[in-house]
Amino acid sequence: MKLTLEVWRQRDAVSPGAFETYEVTDATPEMTLLELLDRLNDQLVVEGREPVAFESDCREGICGCCGMDVDGRPHGPQANTPSCEQHVRSFQDGDRVVLEPLRSAAFPVVRDLVVDRSALDRVIQAGGHVAVDAGTAPDADATTVGYLTAEEALDFAACIGCGACVAACPNGSAMLFTGARITHLAKLPQTRAERGTRARSMVAQMEHDFGPCSTYGECAIVCPAGIPLSAIAAVGKERMRAFLRNRAD
Amino acid sequence: MTPRPEATSTATTLGPDDVRTVGTPVDGHVPDVAPDLAWDDRRLHYDLVAPANRRRFTVIVVGTGLAGAGAAAALGELGYQVECFTLHDAPRRAHSVAAQGGINAARARKVDNDSLHRFVKDTVKGGDFRGREADAFRLAQESVRVIDHMNAIGAPFAREYGGRLATRSFGGVQVSRTYYTRGQTGQQLQVAGADALLRQVARGTVTLHTRQEMLDLVVADGRAQGVVVRDLVTGKVRAVTAHAVILATGGYGNIYDKSTLARNSNATAAWRAHRRGAYFANPAFVQFHPTALPLMSQWQSKTILMSESLRNDGRIWVPLRADDDRAPQDVPEDERDYYLERRYPTFGNLTPRDVASRAARERIDAGYGVGPLKNAVYLDFADAIARLGKDAVVARYSNLFHMYQQATGDDPLSTPMRIAPGAHFAMGGLWSDYDLMTSVPGLFVGGEVGWGYHGANRLGANSLLSACVDGWFTLPYAVPSYLAPLLGTPALAPDHDAVAESLDAVRSRTGRLLSTGGTQGPARFHRRLGEILYRSAGVTRTPEGLAEGIADVRALREEFWQDVRVTGEGDVLNQELERAGRVADYLEMAELLCVDALDRDESCGAHFRADHQTPGGEAQRDDAAWCRVSAWESPAPGATDARFVRHDEPLTFQAVPLQTRNYA
Ligand SMILES: Cc1cc2nc3c(=O)[nH]c(=O)nc-3n(C[C@H](O)[C@H](O)[C@H](O)COP(=O)(O)OP(=O)(O)OC[C@H]3O[C@@H](n4cnc5c(N)ncnc54)[C@H](O)[C@@H]3O)c2cc1C
Ligand code: SF4
Ligand code: FES
Repeated sequence: MKLTLEVWRQRDAVSPGAFETYEVTDATPEMTLLELLDRLNDQLVVEGREPVAFESDCREGICGCCGMDVDGRPHGPQANTPSCEQHVRSFQDGDRVVLEPLRSAAFPVVRDLVVDRSALDRVIQAGGHVAVDAGTAPDADATTVGYLTAEEALDFAACIGCGACVAACPNGSAMLFTGARITHLAKLPQTRAERGTRARSMVAQMEHDFGPCSTYGECAIVCPAGIPLSAIAAVGKERMRAFLRNRAD
Repeated sequence: MTPRPEATSTATTLGPDDVRTVGTPVDGHVPDVAPDLAWDDRRLHYDLVAPANRRRFTVIVVGTGLAGAGAAAALGELGYQVECFTLHDAPRRAHSVAAQGGINAARARKVDNDSLHRFVKDTVKGGDFRGREADAFRLAQESVRVIDHMNAIGAPFAREYGGRLATRSFGGVQVSRTYYTRGQTGQQLQVAGADALLRQVARGTVTLHTRQEMLDLVVADGRAQGVVVRDLVTGKVRAVTAHAVILATGGYGNIYDKSTLARNSNATAAWRAHRRGAYFANPAFVQFHPTALPLMSQWQSKTILMSESLRNDGRIWVPLRADDDRAPQDVPEDERDYYLERRYPTFGNLTPRDVASRAARERIDAGYGVGPLKNAVYLDFADAIARLGKDAVVARYSNLFHMYQQATGDDPLSTPMRIAPGAHFAMGGLWSDYDLMTSVPGLFVGGEVGWGYHGANRLGANSLLSACVDGWFTLPYAVPSYLAPLLGTPALAPDHDAVAESLDAVRSRTGRLLSTGGTQGPARFHRRLGEILYRSAGVTRTPEGLAEGIADVRALREEFWQDVRVTGEGDVLNQELERAGRVADYLEMAELLCVDALDRDESCGAHFRADHQTPGGEAQRDDAAWCRVSAWESPAPGATDARFVRHDEPLTFQAVPLQTRNYA
């Protein structure tokens, strides 16, 4: 297959960027999007040009490193699928594909397709953790967690921190990400002592770095972990709960 | 994927004596008590640091995987100043996140006759008696606290309907001791650990440095006292000094290029530390996972791992006839060879990894491989579906099936999966004593970068455990004991000669990579190195193949330094430069890997030498000669004798007496 790639090239955070056009003539349907870039890069190195910088690590949809806008859509054409699991078979022979970094004010470009997503970690740092020191935990069987409760917590804990939800959101909001974390921890009885404080501080940090949510729902369509929109509703609920109780838990 | 190791007569006559000498033995410092009492005894004798003095000590932790995040967070909780480095942009991205299957613990809550001692027995026996018995006991003992702790900090372990923790049986054991969260155990543990680390960052006890790669170790006055790191975004190289250094930088399986590991996994930190004096233990011990995806195309970047929990219900087979081109559904039942069930009736499809990998490799090499490249075997769910119903099977494995379908485009419900052995887990690593300290005082290891516990073959679900135990429950005892006598000693001065020397070494190496001006990018060298290693140091090894491998690696390394092309500059994000540095280290390490495999004149666990097998084709250990750890020292640059030096640590087994592994 032949594909024409329009790739955003930008030397560093302060340099201006621009699209460059490349052609890969021997793409195959079973290649992933990232393997397509590997192929392109091999070609660029042979030509003595600089390969395209992009992030990836696990290449199996779990580390959250990869992520780029493909034809204006975070991660690529297939819904709920990370860039590393998008395949060339989604494109037609002769297609022109536009590759850009995840677009969001909160994610400055580092180079080419690589962005700085540390704003997501600031939300976690603000309170997305549990204050239990090593060695002080009670027996894990001492607190029962219903089968379904554990399953529900897991549905939200599945977030891989890729930031696609932010890039998909017309407001640049990180509601889906924040909601996933808040909900995951709120559902588990063993982490509830800080439930109120956690919701307050995480939401405050999120509002500081990202935009507001007006429920467009674009985030859930691209989310590779399938985090449901109910994560967003839960943010409001948890915040309200924290406000009304005015307590740590 | 793996070309067959050819025993060619044209091979050089390189023998072990040509490539190594034998040095003085090393002491593992195992407490002189029964192995099951060792940890209690050692803890009682460790020195302590008073709470008010802890902040006077700085400890460097490199890596934020399960081992690194745990160690950094735990030391931060105790009050030490921690400088923590990761080459990732966020701690959660460490490779631990990718583990699927589960984490073992010797909690023995059920009545399936599990116990702490049985866990140790399975671990020691599974590792083919090439790990330290006392370490396995410590692993077992602390495993209980690991589950409690990870659960408390937010890992949503799977639960039974009654609300208690659920377990499953995994990786070739007959009891149910594996704790899990769907197929995301690694992710859930990693995220919980990384968040605990961020909690310490918020408290100010840990300073986290993301996108920084450790490129050298600073050794002064015989102690590890700092690291040299490169900021991957600005290219700035600097040294950071401290009272002790912990490496938790993961395994080196990626040396094979096509592996189940994350693409950024590497051996650089470990290898650079090795070049500064830390012995490397058993580099030849690499586990080939039996349920990886086969290579399907030239540009495929890795061999994705399908969790081996699939082997609980999937049946493995190949056609009875070689070169059978029929589609799997056209091969009638009586023309199929369920070779694992045939050869190992007791364990069947659940035989340990090394046995399953070898059996698959044997069938593929004998011409029975399936798939377009004839490099795979089938993993078939048809029987499970007939027995349990489609829904039940889907409920058990849906995310794995989804992953397989994503990767291959095939639906495992209608056509059997294709799997093949792929390079996976490094049992070897920096040698450390019972206190996780390497041969360089002050340099500690945790997790897969070390060599402990797993011997020559790791049992499934024991590795997440070892990373957690090391990070959360061993290093926080051992490191303070090392620090205690150093109270009042400041961290190494930044202008010390040793710092300048390490900085210079890194700068000149980086400069050399950028200016070689050759024609081939580093990725091509990595691919070729992988081919050499799969061929010569793969699932099955021969002395001739290994001698050839050593020669090939040396030639490739020479070519690399003459012809590598690293585009771009050193003062911006330059992934080619990062890659080149890691490949350069692999090219050095690969030689030692082959040397160790050539030197170890026996078969054990994952190290299968074709010249040492039983009449039934099983691994034949040589306990009289090889019941020991090989801890390697590399020749100093420019030394007259360019041979590697092997230091032996003899192994003794008291609780689990030496016996032949038998899975028939
Ligand atoms: C696909 C897959 C599935 C697995 N499934 C299981 C399972 O089910 N159960 C099980 O027990 N085990 C499993 N394993 C093995 C297990 O996941 C690993 O052994 C374990 O997670 C290793 O943890 P770690 O903390 O030692 O290292 P890692 O998690 O690899 O962390 C390494 C850290 O070091 C950093 N780093 C590396 N080099 C440098 C450097 N030079 N400078 C700065 N930072 C650096 C990285 O950024 C990272 O933070 C699996 C492995 C794979 C590949
Ligand atoms: S919520 Fe989904 S899209 Fe957003 S960071 Fe998490 S996994 Fe990515
Ligand atoms: S590379 Fe890990 S999620 Fe895509």
